[in-house]
Amino acid sequence: MIAPPAELPAPGRVGWADHDLLEVAMGPHHPSTHGVFRMNVVLDGESVAKLTPIFGFLHRNHEKIAERNSYLAAIPYTDRLDYICSMTNNWAYVLTVEKLAGLPVPDRAEYIRVIVGEFTRLFNHACMAGFLLQDMGALGTPLMYAFREREKILDLFEALSGSRMMCNYLRFGGVRCDLPGGWREQAAGVAAAFHPFLDQFEALLSENEILRARTQGVGVLPPALAVNAGVTGPGLRASGVNYDIRKVDQYGIYNRFKFRVPLGARGGDVFDRYMVRILEMRESLAILEQALRDIPEGVFLDPKAKLRNLRPKAGEAYGRIEAPKGELGFYLISDGGPAPYRYRIRPPSLVNLTVLEDMCLGHAIADVVIILGSIDIVLGEVDR
Amino acid sequence: MHTLEEIIARVAAALPGARLEIVPNNSPARQPSLLLEPGRAVEIATFLRDDPQLRFDYASNVTGVDWPEKTVREKVKVKKIVGGMEQEAEELVERKTPGFLEAVYHLYSMALGQGPLILRLRTADRSGQVALPSLTPVWRSCEFQEREIFDLFGVQFQGHPDLRRILMWDNFADHPMRKDYAPAGDQEAQP
Amino acid sequence: MLGRGILRGLIETGRNFCGSYYDPARLTTVQYPEEKLPPQENARTLPFLVYDGQDPLAGLRCTACTICEQECPAHCIRIVKDTVKKPDYLGKMQFHPKVFDIDAMVCMSCGVCVEVCPFDSIKMDRVFELAQDRRALVLHKMNLAKSNQYYREIHPTEAAAVDAARDEEQRKARAKKAAAPAILTP
Repeated sequence: MIAPPAELPAPGRVGWADHDLLEVAMGPHHPSTHGVFRMNVVLDGESVAKLTPIFGFLHRNHEKIAERNSYLAAIPYTDRLDYICSMTNNWAYVLTVEKLAGLPVPDRAEYIRVIVGEFTRLFNHACMAGFLLQDMGALGTPLMYAFREREKILDLFEALSGSRMMCNYLRFGGVRCDLPGGWREQAAGVAAAFHPFLDQFEALLSENEILRARTQGVGVLPPALAVNAGVTGPGLRASGVNYDIRKVDQYGIYNRFKFRVPLGARGGDVFDRYMVRILEMRESLAILEQALRDIPEGVFLDPKAKLRNLRPKAGEAYGRIEAPKGELGFYLISDGGPAPYRYRIRPPSLVNLTVLEDMCLGHAIADVVIILGSIDIVLGEVDR
Repeated sequence: MHTLEEIIARVAAALPGARLEIVPNNSPARQPSLLLEPGRAVEIATFLRDDPQLRFDYASNVTGVDWPEKTVREKVKVKKIVGGMEQEAEELVERKTPGFLEAVYHLYSMALGQGPLILRLRTADRSGQVALPSLTPVWRSCEFQEREIFDLFGVQFQGHPDLRRILMWDNFADHPMRKDYAPAGDQEAQP
Repeated sequence: MLGRGILRGLIETGRNFCGSYYDPARLTTVQYPEEKLPPQENARTLPFLVYDGQDPLAGLRCTACTICEQECPAHCIRIVKDTVKKPDYLGKMQFHPKVFDIDAMVCMSCGVCVEVCPFDSIKMDRVFELAQDRRALVLHKMNLAKSNQYYREIHPTEAAAVDAARDEEQRKARAKKAAAPAILTP
């Protein structure tokens, strides 16, 4: 690793003749930046001397739109935040409104939320591994194997909510509709088939020498920096910090499930972040098994739940969940009216990007793409 | 988890003269917050992060809120002289509560598993005096989120390592999330 | 042995490759449009207005209450009420829409309009093969009106439940009318 030069030019202004540094803009049109994301990378030869992330290309002003629409109308917009994981986005928002307005949720609805949430975590982590490998040059084979399993889960979501990705399924006080006939059996089948898929996926990847050479020792994130920089999710746990919001806050009914929290063993490099996600997928399967077995009969929506014209009392609430990418939080301020006074999304991808530069300094430019892939960002969430 | 009163007592013991006020929260969420004076915010934040009993080492969320000026109309009893006699009459008086911008910090402790502790910093007004101390030197997770508050609300964070716009383009002139923002020439698609 | 991991991976890929010749789980490509997967019953794309019977104008269930217009998150529905009332399936006189436009460019297929409609008059359609070479992007009332028969075809379970509920209400209304005392003429 080459240490970066002591004196660096101001962001965006590099004189060619002054230094032997080259500033390259990676993105926003780039196949490996996980969306419209730009990085201004200052290179000393091939190693990174400075990295400035630039985003905002997908800013759709969700927060202001929510201030003019009702609380219900914000739910379809939350689908489009982390557009891969729509169910968990819905859950974070609905949880916060339930906190704000003090709404109860029936048991069956909580089990359904856990089931769809863990399915979402499964395919998010499988896709992350697939995309990481594609960025490394694996041309799409692991990605397509992951997508094969994802298709089965998307079919489940379509049968349940009507749409594969933009599910708009959770409601204040429960879920939008009950599980259709045969869904539980189909879901149990998909979860059972995921175990051999994970075994094959690991056989394909985890001992692969090229993968190990490219990811071990690359992009190390020390735990103290991770905590201070607000990194959450698998990236934090890969650095060895045991903080899983499902265990800390125990929102929903997560205290009823037995599952472990995998931690990284090598100090927080890219390989750790990849392995933690593989292990988390196995834990998600354990939770799914328990949830599908124990789900009780009952109502899917609180009988007193209001669909239209929900006006929570004036006050505020911050609610958060362990989304597949990290801590997804919503901060709502209500002034007693039909629309929120302030609607704020705390996106995990945005805060996880704080340490991108720290992890990339001194590495080759080819590693930048891999480190970015291991953070697992989605621009819909970063920019909102 | 320590109550807010306990936390205020600890801070007052360690940093004499620091004023913290509890801002109540009437929703069932039961999350009242602490209002800090901007002058000593960095000191208080560093104490909250480092004190062994509190250890709020993780700033999860930094939000900007715009509170515009409010005009409150109230009926006030005034003594007036009408036709040589003193009479009590009711007059409609308009009072303006000043507007301000606010930065709200949600803190958690990863080491001790407690939280959320909510801090609030308020500017003096919405136009000329919009500076607040940046808490990025204390928690790096505030870096991008404070930039976003600067971009969308206009709060100038002093001590921030790199205060630039983050979501809007660099030459953009206004602050979109303010309540009085009117987009120029923007029309919604009408069927 | 160096290369053992790569070899294990290649065996896995080999298994997938050979398996794709005989195992349907390995080869999941559907050669669209020659082969099409059967549509899911619950799928939703754009909304449509349901009418009972044969005449789309007379049988249109929509009463122009504008609840869907107010609740639509994308504000893509525009309704203009007509001043003339017509009877609905219970015999009550209701307004109906003179203009009912949905901007298909803006609609995000969320289904909130369907959830909030009190009259079961707007439902989600399932067609997604909507590409065309004309700029027919705003759907008007006559484009949107489709029969209850069509609704029963695409969403059988849902339509059966809606029909059963409406039949029950009609039966109750008739029973109430029959039990009401006859008006005595002076």
